[in-house]
Amino acid sequence: MDTQFAQRRRRDLIVAACLAAIAALVPLFVKDVYVQNIMVLTLMYAALSQSWNILSGYCGQISLGHALYFGLGAYTTALLFTKFGVLPWFGMLAGGAISAVIAMALGYPCFRLRGHYFVIATIVIAEIALLLIQNWDWAGAALGIDIPMRGDSWLKFQFARSKLPYFYFALTLACIAWLVTWWLEDSKWGYWWRAVKDNPDAAESLGVVVFNSKMGAAAVSAFLVAVGGSFYAQFVSYIDPESVMGFQFSLLMALPAVLGGIGTLWGPVLGAVILIPLTELTRAYVGGSGRGVDLIVYGALIVAISLALPKGLVSVFSMLSGRKEAAR
Amino acid sequence: MTALLETRGVWQRFGGLVANSDVSISVGRGEIVGLIGPNGAGKSTLFNLIAGVLPPTQGSIMFDGEDVTKLPAAERCQRGVGRTFQVVKSFETMTVIDNVIVGALIRNTKMRIARQKAYEVLEFCGLAARADKLAADLVPSEKRRLEVARALATEPKLLLLDEVLTGLTPVEAQTGVELVRKVRATGVTVLMVEHVMEIVMPLVDRAIVLNLGKVLVEGKPTEVVRNPEVISAYLGDRHAVGA
Repeated sequence: MDTQFAQRRRRDLIVAACLAAIAALVPLFVKDVYVQNIMVLTLMYAALSQSWNILSGYCGQISLGHALYFGLGAYTTALLFTKFGVLPWFGMLAGGAISAVIAMALGYPCFRLRGHYFVIATIVIAEIALLLIQNWDWAGAALGIDIPMRGDSWLKFQFARSKLPYFYFALTLACIAWLVTWWLEDSKWGYWWRAVKDNPDAAESLGVVVFNSKMGAAAVSAFLVAVGGSFYAQFVSYIDPESVMGFQFSLLMALPAVLGGIGTLWGPVLGAVILIPLTELTRAYVGGSGRGVDLIVYGALIVAISLALPKGLVSVFSMLSGRKEAAR
Repeated sequence: MTALLETRGVWQRFGGLVANSDVSISVGRGEIVGLIGPNGAGKSTLFNLIAGVLPPTQGSIMFDGEDVTKLPAAERCQRGVGRTFQVVKSFETMTVIDNVIVGALIRNTKMRIARQKAYEVLEFCGLAARADKLAADLVPSEKRRLEVARALATEPKLLLLDEVLTGLTPVEAQTGVELVRKVRATGVTVLMVEHVMEIVMPLVDRAIVLNLGKVLVEGKPTEVVRNPEVISAYLGDRHAVGA
């Protein structure tokens, strides 16, 4: 049974490598800029949701305030670049580090709260941060920051003509978030987090320091989400508080994981691949009426999926493999 | 040789309620000690104080020659206190083996070795066939055994069993009794809370009876069950006179 477990882990890794390779080839055939744009966003949300899943899925601390870290990443990169000329690559790491530290500073009081109270705290804190940024003149206040284009360059990570560099970066980011999760899943932290989620009292009795486990999950999760935020700032090259720290980002990070399968390795990827194109397509095809038909269709699809598969889309695969085993 | 566990004048008050008053007990290395008493006697409270769920209002707890009174539960587990819960607290969304791995990780940082160790503990507890099942899918008696397996995986010096034999069928209870004997044979000291006297008395070396938060009697099980004070605490004064 030891080998069976090792086999499953290796199979996951091979499947991921194949999917990444296929994804890397797609732009060779798909030249449409609109479609490429959707692909970039899909990969970015896959990465974000995978990162959100570490704290909220594995460790069970549901956060609906991760827009805070997304915004912190975006703002750190943009401010460092426009005010001090620091390259976005460093901004990315700085944003990640700042977010991780802030996540722990906020976790210190908040991780004493359980269940719904924790969720409410995350929402409120993100909203407060949004208000602060909106009133911070040096950081552009409500107007935001325009990141000046100085020509295509990998060094400055900005590209006006092609979306491809963004695509490959988003793909890399999604792969990194997936790999980090894959690696953590079979580590002491991964086991501790799931134990904390299922039963903190029992976990504590087995030597798990529950508080530290939550802090660790928050730091990793916030770091990766902030890197995603930094990427987004470069991608859209103009940010304002509402467009990087609004509540909708917190939801858009949570939804793919919830829909795909919360606390699972493949859930966020699967959720993002289905949800993000769906968002964009419903907007493109039925959104023109101005009556919000796209949102109705979108909402109806989410309700339908969650009713049919309450454990998330990944449960389809376990059902299929279960049937295969039964047939043997 | 000093006792493995010693509580010295331990008090626990919850507001106006005194759950434990001046409780001093000791458990020697390699013993199986039964902590018994009627409902509300303060057994569970004392248990939680020893496991480190909450600090005592007053008094101190010595474990393995050290004062652990102020240490939290996780730290005590590190020092060698393992426990089960009266109401089972399995990690329901995890498999049986993963439940045990959580316990094994405190002594083994390498995942491979922790997994190997967890599997051995499952075999010891007779749960190896269930290793890949979800904990949620186990029947109640198996869940009890999983609690024991998880605690054993932390390689405790002292195992605290909270009513692991209660609510089982006679056959299941007998399997449980044998498991406890096997555990002791590996050198682990056992302190167990039970209120079903018939099951525990043949198993334990020594029994400590709590009543109204105080130690009532302490001694060999055969003596304890004949003690008039114990009979009166359990059954009321009328029966004690009759005895």
